[in-house]
Amino acid sequence: MDWLNAVVQGTLLGGLYALFAAGLSLIFGVMRLVNIAHGDLIVLAAYLGLTVTTATGMHPLLALVVVVPVMATIGYALQRGLLNQTLGDDLLPPLLVTFGLSVIIQNALLEGYTADPQKLSAGALETASFDLGGLTLGVLPALTFAIAVVVIWGLQRVFYHTPLGRAFRAVSDNQDIAQLMGLNRRHIFGLAMALALAVTAVAGILLGIRTSFDPSIGGGRLIFGFEAVIIGGLGNLWGTLAGGVILGVAQTVGAKIDPGWQILSGHIAFLIILAVRPNGLFPRISA
Amino acid sequence: MPDALLNMTGLDAHYGDFQALYGVDMHIDAGEVLAIIGANGAGKTTLMRAITGLLKSGPGQISHNSVDIGGLRADEIAMRGIAMVPEGRQLFPSLSVKENLMIGAQVGRKGPWNLDAVYKLFPILDERKDQQSTSLSGGQQQMVAIGRALMANPDLILFDEISLGLAPVIIKDIYKALPGIIGEGMSAIIVEQDITKALSVSSRVYCLQEGRVSLEGGSDTVSREDISRAYFGIE
Repeated sequence: MDWLNAVVQGTLLGGLYALFAAGLSLIFGVMRLVNIAHGDLIVLAAYLGLTVTTATGMHPLLALVVVVPVMATIGYALQRGLLNQTLGDDLLPPLLVTFGLSVIIQNALLEGYTADPQKLSAGALETASFDLGGLTLGVLPALTFAIAVVVIWGLQRVFYHTPLGRAFRAVSDNQDIAQLMGLNRRHIFGLAMALALAVTAVAGILLGIRTSFDPSIGGGRLIFGFEAVIIGGLGNLWGTLAGGVILGVAQTVGAKIDPGWQILSGHIAFLIILAVRPNGLFPRISA
Repeated sequence: MPDALLNMTGLDAHYGDFQALYGVDMHIDAGEVLAIIGANGAGKTTLMRAITGLLKSGPGQISHNSVDIGGLRADEIAMRGIAMVPEGRQLFPSLSVKENLMIGAQVGRKGPWNLDAVYKLFPILDERKDQQSTSLSGGQQQMVAIGRALMANPDLILFDEISLGLAPVIIKDIYKALPGIIGEGMSAIIVEQDITKALSVSSRVYCLQEGRVSLEGGSDTVSREDISRAYFGIE
């Protein structure tokens, strides 16, 4: 039963990792941009949530109403104002620029909020639990997983059943020809980044409720996000959820063997999958 | 020629340091079908890229409906009513046939062309509308590429090497459909290696040679000798 418990807890944790990863997966899929600052943007969203909740006394989940549109706006502005200029045939400039952005965000957060660990207070939700077939599950992890499923389902709908998604896929396929169809790729990329950071806002708030955070933890979230994307297979959002779950389960099972092995066993699982299936478990399939 | 639908004056085009077009003067009137012929590397595709804005041209070098479009972005030019059927079809592989057509309508211009009209022109596409575009035969893919351009309801449509890589019988079908397409009051520029085909559907012809216009004339008045001289540069 203990092992089953570890697997179930890991699965739920995977929902959070999938939320870290979904934004990364989306922007890589649309514009081949690897965003090194993604983890720091997650932390930025958590801090925005902190500001909103302390200023208004709102519940952190309710603060999403503010944080999601703010992050989306930041995303659009960031893409149009900065990242579009780095895109081209060379993959290096966007890597360098987002790396620089990561350093800037970390230091700005340090300046603005100090290095003290912070936490979003969600009251009873943090400790609430329920029984399921002999297992005790936290309401928050279960809610996080449910939100991850809904977000990924929603992104999948947008991608495959809306004019915006059609534009995303067209620009991703062939930027020149998409321009000939009247699609302004700068604007489309802006919208993709806005959507990615809207998801990041959700991830950041849920992270902030679950654990304490400080300005330096973005890098770790980025790694988990990357691993989930790559395990699942690039460009496949459901694969990203599966990748998050595999990573989460590997971590909780590893921790069950020896608490010191939690993070390492996640990385080991990632390396094994990368060695066996270099393209990930579910490389790009069309829906 | 201020009244022409599209007017090019002294059009230069460059790929980095390499100049591909030298002072091209060309015009096309409303409702006219123009053929552009020339050997490989003469600058035909470069010309198409310059007109559609994929390759930047200088201000004042291209005007469309008396508006200077030199220097505009490709998507802005598309919105103004210039559509292209690109060489090699270039469909979006992750989009279904129907989605490929729908993306053509993205420019939001009003006119006779919509999904129903395209399906009426190419009924096979209606049957295949939910398939991935890459699963179609070459000829069917060409129909999608033509339909996609028509969905934009352009006033000028560019056909870049539409017979390339297709079976002769398919080429015949597509050329048979062309008058019906262009008959809707559109202008068209047809770039073609097959000179006979190009002359048969056009009213005027330009020949390009090494980035310069080497011949201009009526499609039924230019002689074979003129064409081969302009085409190969043999004096």
